[in-house]
Amino acid sequence: MGITTIVFFILSAIAVMSAIMMVVSKSPVHSVLWLIAVFFTISGHYILMNAQFLAIVNIIVYAGAIMVLFLFVVMLMNLNVESEPMKNYRIQLAGVVAGGSLMLVLLSALMKTDKLMVQLKDGDVGLIRQLGRVLFNDYLIPFELSSVLFLSAMIGAVVISKRDK
Amino acid sequence: MDIRAYIGLAIMLFSIGIIGVLIRRNAIILFMCIELMLNSVNLLLVAFSKMHANGVAHANPSLASDAQVFVFFIMVVAAAEVSVGLAIIVMMYRNIHSVDINFLNRLKN
Repeated sequence: MGITTIVFFILSAIAVMSAIMMVVSKSPVHSVLWLIAVFFTISGHYILMNAQFLAIVNIIVYAGAIMVLFLFVVMLMNLNVESEPMKNYRIQLAGVVAGGSLMLVLLSALMKTDKLMVQLKDGDVGLIRQLGRVLFNDYLIPFELSSVLFLSAMIGAVVISKRDK
Repeated sequence: MDIRAYIGLAIMLFSIGIIGVLIRRNAIILFMCIELMLNSVNLLLVAFSKMHANGVAHANPSLASDAQVFVFFIMVVAAAEVSVGLAIIVMMYRNIHSVDINFLNRLKN
């Protein structure tokens, strides 16, 4: 059992535990912080697979920008444990059973697949040099379209949150 | 590392996200669970990309890079989606002073 296997299982255990804590914790601020922990472990997985560009972008965009936005909104609304709406016990149990059975079905379908190895620690697929070449050669038009998407999202957010007269 | 370990991890994270959507009523937590599901799919795409880099794409490495470019675009769309979605949630909070999605059933009438 090599060092990469040990790192993989430690990261996976932290990711799953943090995700469960995010779902069950009553306070929304704690949920946001647990989700940030999940994003950091996923970035750890990217580093383990030598996808350096995506690891950095994941930290900057998800843990840095999106989760700060969530934290800002949660604190702006002053949400805490007392104001947290909870479903009743029976509906929660039904939700857990439904999601758990979906997980069981998918995992049992996974058991019949072939064993294929993932390249860890090396390979230049995830380096910025390689990704930039692919992005600006093959995916130039989607890249330009995403700027239009950002502009429309920006205008949309401003228009929605403007207090109507 | 076996690809099945990555698929199993992604399935677990995705199912936890689904359970969160089903059992919570806070709109912001629901949104965060959707982000968790998006991230599990991203992880799976990167794992498949590295699986291809190990196998068929030795001659042409740009074949395996496509999945990582896809992940980049998913992140772009997620950022745009979060900005608009949180604006909608803030507007809803200003109108009904709650983030409880059960109060949104007045959209029916």
